[in-house]
Amino acid sequence: MKAFRSLLIGTVAAAAFATNAYAARGTDGEVKIIYWQAPSILTPYLSGGTKDVEASSLILEPLMRYDEKGNLVPFLTQEIPTVANGGVSQDLKTITYKLKPDIKWSDGSAFTADDVVFTWQYCADPAGGCAQLAKFEGVENVEAVDAHTVKITFKEPKPNPYLPFNGAQSPIIQKAQFEKCRGANASSCTDANFGPIGTGPFRVTSFRPNDVVTLEANPNYRDPDKPAFATVTLKGGGDAAAAGRAVLETGEFDYAWNLQLAPDVLSKMAAAGKGKPIAAFGSLVERLEMNMTDPDPALGEERSTAKHPHPILSDLNVRKALSMAIDRQLLVDVGYGQAGRPTCNLVPAPELYASPNTDCIKQDVEGAKKLLDEAGWKPGPDGVRVKDGRRFHLLYQTSVNAVRQDFQALIKQWWADVGVEAELKTVDASVFFGGDAGSPDTFQKFYADVEMYANNFDGTDPEAYLAEHTCSKAPRPETQWQGENINRFCNADYDKLVAELGKTADLEKRGEIGRKLNEMLTKESYVVVPLVDRGRVSAHSNTLGGVVLNTWDSELWNTADWFRVK
Amino acid sequence: MTDATADRPAAAAPRPARSQWWDVWRQFKTHRGALVGAAIFLVIVAGVVVGPWLWTYSPGFIDIRARNQGPSLMHPLGTDQLGRDMLARTMAGGKVSVAVGVTAMLLSISLGTAIGVLAGYFRRLDNPLMRVTDLFLALPLLPLLLVMVTLFRESLSGRFGPEAGTFILIVGAIGATSWMQAARIVRSAVLAVKEQEFVLAAHSIGTRRRRIIFRHILPNVLSPIMVSATLGIASAIITESALSFLGLGFPPDFPTWGRLLYDAVDYLQQYPERVLWPGLAISLTVLSVNYVGDGLRDAMDPRIRGR
Repeated sequence: MKAFRSLLIGTVAAAAFATNAYAARGTDGEVKIIYWQAPSILTPYLSGGTKDVEASSLILEPLMRYDEKGNLVPFLTQEIPTVANGGVSQDLKTITYKLKPDIKWSDGSAFTADDVVFTWQYCADPAGGCAQLAKFEGVENVEAVDAHTVKITFKEPKPNPYLPFNGAQSPIIQKAQFEKCRGANASSCTDANFGPIGTGPFRVTSFRPNDVVTLEANPNYRDPDKPAFATVTLKGGGDAAAAGRAVLETGEFDYAWNLQLAPDVLSKMAAAGKGKPIAAFGSLVERLEMNMTDPDPALGEERSTAKHPHPILSDLNVRKALSMAIDRQLLVDVGYGQAGRPTCNLVPAPELYASPNTDCIKQDVEGAKKLLDEAGWKPGPDGVRVKDGRRFHLLYQTSVNAVRQDFQALIKQWWADVGVEAELKTVDASVFFGGDAGSPDTFQKFYADVEMYANNFDGTDPEAYLAEHTCSKAPRPETQWQGENINRFCNADYDKLVAELGKTADLEKRGEIGRKLNEMLTKESYVVVPLVDRGRVSAHSNTLGGVVLNTWDSELWNTADWFRVK
Repeated sequence: MTDATADRPAAAAPRPARSQWWDVWRQFKTHRGALVGAAIFLVIVAGVVVGPWLWTYSPGFIDIRARNQGPSLMHPLGTDQLGRDMLARTMAGGKVSVAVGVTAMLLSISLGTAIGVLAGYFRRLDNPLMRVTDLFLALPLLPLLLVMVTLFRESLSGRFGPEAGTFILIVGAIGATSWMQAARIVRSAVLAVKEQEFVLAAHSIGTRRRRIIFRHILPNVLSPIMVSATLGIASAIITESALSFLGLGFPPDFPTWGRLLYDAVDYLQQYPERVLWPGLAISLTVLSVNYVGDGLRDAMDPRIRGR
């Protein structure tokens, strides 16, 4: 009766605000989504695959989600717990969530703190093989203080206590449904895994693994006007090009996920006019790493170790000149199109940690030449600069990849313009990123002067990522050439600041330190020369509204707000 | 009678002296496919050797404003995704590919012939040499090449420069891993020839073994060698393409037909001509060389000659 009444009110409201985007629950018919990788299960706890995590995010919800800027948004809680509002304890060892009181599961039962506690018990069970165990690392206990209060205790102080129960990877599952599915029974609970009961905007009506999921609006969803769509069909399979075509050219589907296509291909599809590609940016940055140590083969075992500083690249102005010679916008146009944008930051996002550093984006060939002249590198007879009898010759390596080879060719030419000779080398990606201490061609060994690859960090907090550049993390023979400080950057001030970040809980302060660390690596030292911020491109039809592409959470994070444009 | 006998040499005098090679050429001429093939191959070789002198565009020069252009007067074959001239790149690529093909073929044929002849002629060497051949046939080619490249690339690049070093490495790697078929074919041909009477006759008048091999056996097994040589050029060009694709070949800014082809595959739908040119060049070279081989085989086998 209540549902009917709200439906009625909704319909009336929709009629009244017909020009407005709002609609009542279930009035916009069907929305068709295509994922070119098909979901095989509908809980993220038994599969780490993006397709499964995102498909289940239509049904299951975490306590808080990340929005498109990487900020936390309360979904099932009343507010974001912080030290300031008392939600996080002073010693950073506990966090307390206050749940919204009137949330219901899609079967009509009440959502309580017990479900949250159970979710932790379910995932932490060693026999269960939980795929999201990393989210619960360091958790000592989760307890229900009362029906709507949950307290998480950590083993050690956690400056970033928001990992458990937040984001698409660790949503809350219903205790009543999954109680018998703990431990060894987890994967045999087909009914629960294929049709979980959730608090999200939709519930499963049928699921054919590796093919298609159909869902309908959750009648017990907390917002009576949402979702606008009555049913969802999430089809899986095919390839990115076919998915792109289905949305952009033929209009068979409303939304296509992750279109990894060449810029030309995508813009040609978009020209058909049925839909539009949208891009969102995470933390994946294609960059040049400058080797601070000498990779000369004559040094034998000691090549590319801190014992021998690089004869050319140790000079800050030389590194800066190499960065200035590059036209990043052109690299984006050639290689990534809409899926990329020029950047000068190693940490380009989330907003809190992104430095407003854009100095490098404008190419400055004359400035680069001047800097090199000042550094003592004078043009030689064949145009290549020389200093003290040494030619400015760099070995520039990367993995085998069509876009990277185009970048190599372009950058080689720009460097040639300023009198720097580059020798290009490519290494098979499985060898380059393989980490085999016996191979001379791994990116960790860095037996080259400059190398190019992309990397990002998991989640929204870059602390661990920035801590990779401390002195002790340099790959060297004693560590079997393992380590993340690829360019062997070593600065005591940097190390000190990283340690400080590990002790800071206040978000504003963390952002400040994070931005400073990023600048120390990029615009203050040019040890890391970022080139392109690589984003993700998805597409939606022109008649689908409310889409906000999000790289920090599931792409389907706000399906409750999606509606049909009329 | 005496007049007639005196006349005959006089009448024959204008004709050039008949040699084996003259016969081969006469026979070769009648094989139209071989003739056309030889002509095309010569044109390609001339194009890649002389072409860059006439078309002086640099194959590595990036003119980013002119990227993805179709054929025009400025760029007769268009430009690639970075605005590099495709004609210049095809010619530069051809020089490398043809050079790699021919050199690797020479290496593998010499190796294969030497092993085949030794195995066929000397019974004691037959078993060990053929087992070595089997061993090489059983080796997985790509992992072996990967190891060779990892071990030797740096030292060869250091000694001969990145391009010459890679050239030596690739030619060596392809040559060292593709002689086995030739060795087997040559061995079986040698086995058949060495039991014939003229070899026995040469033996009985005390001819030394080396001379028997070079004077009597090799010329008689030349036709299978020729055929595998022509096939070898083709497979060497294709192997080099595969290596370039895996990043084990030449540096990426160094065009070869194989690399041009693989670079263009991503743009197959938008710019199919970019696959067409290097693909056509590889196919034409391989096909023409095969026809030449076919014609040579027919021409050099005295048993087929004249039919």
